[in-house]
Amino acid sequence: MKSNERQEINTLLQEIDGLLSAPFRFMEVCGTHTVAIFRTGLRSLFSDKLKHVSGPGCPVCVTHPAEIALGMDLAEQKDVVLTIFGDMMRVPDHRGMTLKELRAKGAKIEICYSPLDSLKIAIENPDKEVVFWGIGFETTVPTVGATIVQAQKMGIENFSVLSCHKLVPPALRFLVTSKDIEIHGFLLPGHVSTVIGVKPYEFLAKEFNIPAVISGFEAIDILQAIYLMIKMDIGGNVRILNQYTRAVKAEGNKRAQEIISEVFRPHDGLWRGIGTIEGSGLEISDKYSKFDAKKRFDLKFQDVKEPKGCRCGEVLQGKISPDKCPLFGKKCTPLSPVGPCMVSTEGSCAAFYKYGLGSND
Amino acid sequence: MDTILLDHGSGGLASQRLIKEIFVKHLSNQILDSLDDAAYLELNGKISFSTDTYTIDPIFFPGGDIGSLCVSGTVNDIAMLGAIPRYLSCGFIIEEGMDFDDLEKIVESMANTAKKAGIYIVTGDTKVVPRGSVDRIFINTSGVGEVIMDTPLSGSSACPGDVVIVSGTIGDHGLTIFSTRKGISMDFDLKSDCAPLNKLILELITRIPQIHVLRDPTRGGLATTLNEIALQSNVGIEVKEEDIPIKPGIKEGCDILGLDPLYLANEGKFICILPKEYSTNALNILQKDELGKDAKIIGQVVDSPKGKVILETPIGGRRLLSMLEGEHLPRIC
Ligand code: SF4
Repeated sequence: MKSNERQEINTLLQEIDGLLSAPFRFMEVCGTHTVAIFRTGLRSLFSDKLKHVSGPGCPVCVTHPAEIALGMDLAEQKDVVLTIFGDMMRVPDHRGMTLKELRAKGAKIEICYSPLDSLKIAIENPDKEVVFWGIGFETTVPTVGATIVQAQKMGIENFSVLSCHKLVPPALRFLVTSKDIEIHGFLLPGHVSTVIGVKPYEFLAKEFNIPAVISGFEAIDILQAIYLMIKMDIGGNVRILNQYTRAVKAEGNKRAQEIISEVFRPHDGLWRGIGTIEGSGLEISDKYSKFDAKKRFDLKFQDVKEPKGCRCGEVLQGKISPDKCPLFGKKCTPLSPVGPCMVSTEGSCAAFYKYGLGSND
Repeated sequence: MDTILLDHGSGGLASQRLIKEIFVKHLSNQILDSLDDAAYLELNGKISFSTDTYTIDPIFFPGGDIGSLCVSGTVNDIAMLGAIPRYLSCGFIIEEGMDFDDLEKIVESMANTAKKAGIYIVTGDTKVVPRGSVDRIFINTSGVGEVIMDTPLSGSSACPGDVVIVSGTIGDHGLTIFSTRKGISMDFDLKSDCAPLNKLILELITRIPQIHVLRDPTRGGLATTLNEIALQSNVGIEVKEEDIPIKPGIKEGCDILGLDPLYLANEGKFICILPKEYSTNALNILQKDELGKDAKIIGQVVDSPKGKVILETPIGGRRLLSMLEGEHLPRIC
């Protein structure tokens, strides 16, 4: 079985190489893909003509410094228990401060695996304000939405969500309309697509003539997707294809989509290194506004900067490869990260540091 | 007497009883039984000396407990220099209220492991601290052994062209501790590999004195230990992922829990690096022993990239196998 896979991979690599007469740059926009491409060693097998670029696919990394500042603010409020996904703990804010340090100073911060854990904490601590810090893409939003609906049903009064959720398709539109970003094809995220399906990506092919393939996470999935992408690019029949049919339905997950539109509404999202992208964020709809931590605590965005010297913004747009950041591997390592891309295990800088043998650019 | 009280660490009568009824009862040997302030030892030649403190949580786990661990851990460290471990000391810090029977079980397990390893526990100390000052029990063991190699083995002696052998499956101890702590049960016989390796090592080094490096991949796992050797020896190490022995259950368990077996602690395995011409012989010696039956050649030492470990993946790709950084699992030993 294993030697078969190796054989298949070799054949595909040869075929891809045979197809390419000029360099082909593909971008993935999913942290799991980033890690898979490095971890399986696939990246080392790409020829010079096939360039892999990581995009804004790591949820922790794309969270804007101004959003981080809001979370830090909340953590410092006396009666608040801030509940978060573990990776957020070590993200430095604009002052270089982290939630981990705030916790050591007495702030109440709990790590959750699901927003439901957070709701449970709220039920168990009625005298505390429990806030769930919602980050991530379409993949995590439905469970956050379902938790809010649940809280409403149960009449929970001390639970709210700081929604910093982001949507993938508007970010893709931003990338393809940016003049200084060169991408020939997209490897589309498997998990996000299980929720949203194929349709939201169609503009890539129709309006921009860029091929894109929804892909699974095994080396062979990724390589097949790349092969399909290049085939379309050369053949001229540019569409959105679904390589990951074993998990992704064309129409996505209707139930999850309903929850998203029941509880949230699109607004202008803030992305690290990019700024505002129209319609790329999610805020809590009026019906559930009492669960909106921004309103509940009257939180306002401040004008804050990226950590000094950190080039995450450019890394996230695929403009530079992580090892081109002067701090990479020197001042910035997973043990003492300067920017979020080195904190999250799914961050490009962390993947580069952990698995990388050198630049593929 | 069913729980340990502060009195038991006071040095008075209660301490005396604890020493007699638990420590001397199980660990008895001529040197310890003299109960003097220090142990009087006879040793020959060059000495290997090591110390470690064990704070593992949970203290009882499938395949062992803090007692077997604190003896085999230090015995193994002493042996890795190419030495015969001889004597161990032990220092206990016990939380007031600990179950007397639990302590006895631990000391019994220390005695059994010492017997297996053929070493003596010759001196010790017990402190009892108020509730909450430690988590049940911490144990320090220190020990000495006689180096039998002309030059002691060292992590800095790996040479390009050498072969890298691992003495058995990896990840067993780390995953056992992690899943026991989290209360997750696996559907296979998951247990720690915790064992004293000194007898197997003695056989190996007496029959193949040409060995360059012996190291036990404990905290930080195989990946971290290989990196340490690569740095110390200023060489590169290439490892084939497919050749690294890992039990299928461990692989699956790690996938589910998001752990990487290459970074999980081992307590009954070692890495052996030696010139290629001796590798078949070494494998034969290892595989004949229960503790080395899954031994395999996993890679080789190369000239460059210096200080780095490169992993060849099952699909034939190459990537860095880096040192454990950040995601350390606490209190694994
Ligand atoms: S290496 Fe560190 S400082 Fe540089 S872009 Fe990445 S996270 Fe930011």
